[in-house]
Amino acid sequence: MSELQEEQSHQIAFGWAATDSSGILHPFHFTRRVNGQNDITIKILYCGIRHSDLHLIRNDLGISSYPIVPGHEIVGVVTQVGTKVRNFKLGDKAGVGGLIGSCGSCDQCQNDLENYCPKRMHTTTIFDNGGDKKYGGFSDIFVVDQHFAFSIPENLSLEGVAPLLGAGITVFSPMKFYGLDKPGMHVGVVGLGGLGHLAVKFAKAFGMKVTVISTSPSKMREAIQHLKADSFIVSHDLKQMQAAMGTMDGIFDTVYPHHPLMPFLNLLKFNGKLIMLSGPGLEKQTELSIMPLIFERKMIAGSSAGGMKETQDMLTFAAKHNITADVEVISMGYVNKAMDRLAKGDVHYRFVVDIANTVRPPKSIS
Amino acid sequence: MSKSPEEEHPQKALGWAARDSSGVLSPFPFSRRENSNEDVTIKILYCGVCHSDLHSCKNDWGVSTYPLVPGHEIVGVVTKVGKAVTKFKVDDKVGVGVMVSSCKNCNCCKEDLENYCPKMIFTYNSINHDGTKTYGGYSDMIVVDQHYVLHFPDNLPLDAGAPLLCAGITVYSPMKYYGMTEAGKHLGVAGLGGLGHVAVKIGKAMGLKVTVISTSPKKESEAINRLGADSFLVSTDPAKLKAAMGTMDYIIDTVSAVHSLLPLLSLLKVNGKLITLGLPEKPLELPIFPLVLGRRLVGGSDVGGIKETQEMLEFCAKHNIVADIELIKMEQINTAMERLAKSDVRYRFVIDVSNSKL
Repeated sequence: MSELQEEQSHQIAFGWAATDSSGILHPFHFTRRVNGQNDITIKILYCGIRHSDLHLIRNDLGISSYPIVPGHEIVGVVTQVGTKVRNFKLGDKAGVGGLIGSCGSCDQCQNDLENYCPKRMHTTTIFDNGGDKKYGGFSDIFVVDQHFAFSIPENLSLEGVAPLLGAGITVFSPMKFYGLDKPGMHVGVVGLGGLGHLAVKFAKAFGMKVTVISTSPSKMREAIQHLKADSFIVSHDLKQMQAAMGTMDGIFDTVYPHHPLMPFLNLLKFNGKLIMLSGPGLEKQTELSIMPLIFERKMIAGSSAGGMKETQDMLTFAAKHNITADVEVISMGYVNKAMDRLAKGDVHYRFVVDIANTVRPPKSIS
Repeated sequence: MSKSPEEEHPQKALGWAARDSSGVLSPFPFSRRENSNEDVTIKILYCGVCHSDLHSCKNDWGVSTYPLVPGHEIVGVVTKVGKAVTKFKVDDKVGVGVMVSSCKNCNCCKEDLENYCPKMIFTYNSINHDGTKTYGGYSDMIVVDQHYVLHFPDNLPLDAGAPLLCAGITVYSPMKYYGMTEAGKHLGVAGLGGLGHVAVKIGKAMGLKVTVISTSPKKESEAINRLGADSFLVSTDPAKLKAAMGTMDYIIDTVSAVHSLLPLLSLLKVNGKLITLGLPEKPLELPIFPLVLGRRLVGGSDVGGIKETQEMLEFCAKHNIVADIELIKMEQINTAMERLAKSDVRYRFVIDVSNSKL
């Protein structure tokens, strides 16, 4: 379990940071702690770009504390291990997701649910609570308590694995927790982005029938032919939505902007579950008729990331079923353009930064 | 020409019905079908007055047809059994809840969830298989298919036990389905009326710590001293609400007035479950962020199947759980309805049907 380490001294690090709410990223020098006895140091090779990185650097939630080095889908190679580290050795491929610390003693931590610990520490500082600043994976190295690092399966491409550490666990965890992982079940996936496309892949690997529900008819071909979804519905096509009413055991809603939920509740069977994976607005409330919940015993629930143990389980499952994200690998120099494209949903389906080859302090390049 | 209610069926019956959306009830002579092979005829002794009865009488949900004889918390004694009836004999004490039939063929019916059958027939304000209307328990007798009749436990008082047939199962079923029964966990009960007070009793019997969440500070003494709740939270007090944040494993929300679910959700721990049972007239406000950040769920439930209702009655019999009631005569029903609309009852009116002037 993690503890806050006493920082004896620091080591030089380099990355790209946003320093104001324009969200423009640029080269940034900073420091990380030296490798403590429970730590591993990772030379970062790849880092995925999540929507939450975009929200953070542009201060969409109004709580960002600059400078911000984003990135929490980190994959790299171990270059140092602390004296108490048992899980990793030099040269191992290791990954880090959205969490780098938790209290270790609360109910959640005791039940392998570090992601719900009230004192959890995020990979990138989300808001300034007076503690040390945390810098994310858009950088050359990372130092982390071994408990919060993952072994990366050998057979999966590193750039394709990185998004599993954020998006992958975000969809895998609720599939298991809410029992929406049984062969033969029918699940809907709302939104076909980073989260959505992985939800389709994991759901198919569980042997479920998958229907993608999207506002973009143009995504249908990819959904069916490439991602192997069984069917595709355009959410504003009333006929299609009506024909699909009462057909799904569960629906995973990955869409961030505030949107009505009744049409999705109607797609559920009796006892169906609508699982929210993104938060429509921070404080916005959704108007909801209680009738389908009461008369058809439907439920609405949420989920956020996953614990350390289940993230490792997810990686094992992904290795077995050859699941990686569909990625567009970019250089760090392209990152600001990538952020603009991400804001428009113009990526199939995750940008991953080639850190190893494109993130170096300026003096090393020449 | 369709027959009048008195002439529709061979057995004469007397009840009280609402004639229009004023909801005022008055004597109503009508009739019940002949007791067929599968049927049980019941002389009604007591009938609970559920909030749904009030809503139905006043057509609050827009689906009422008049004349309307409400009442779905029925307790009585068997006076006739059909040739194929095996479950009951004459003089048995029995109960009837919110439904009197269903299709018996669909997945829900086959899984003992008749209450969710799309063709489920309500005890009142519904249409029977023969095309006639169903009339409820504000009447002297009723004829019901044996499958939908419950054995009433010997050790429970008939009058105070009547509300279990709706209020009891409405609370018990979701507690079982959503896994809200782990002894030692903390249950919040929002709203202290018919449903709420039964939820407190069932929660305590399951070994839960129970906090009543209410807008009325004056209910505290009753909640703690009479109903056995462990604590009481005034939900309109922001400081108290804040202090209770993240302390509850489960919440049963019985409030039917329109309200935001945000304050209740904030009371839940991670993995907490909020079950909403009230039937508001308008949509509720649901915040999504607390669900995502804390893996919480919001669900609903609607009474329970027959098997489960019987199980609930046996649970209540074992733990001596009955409702707290105010016994009234049928002649007092309109006054009772007015008081019910103002929540002026501790906590359920029950009509002493057999001693009333119908």
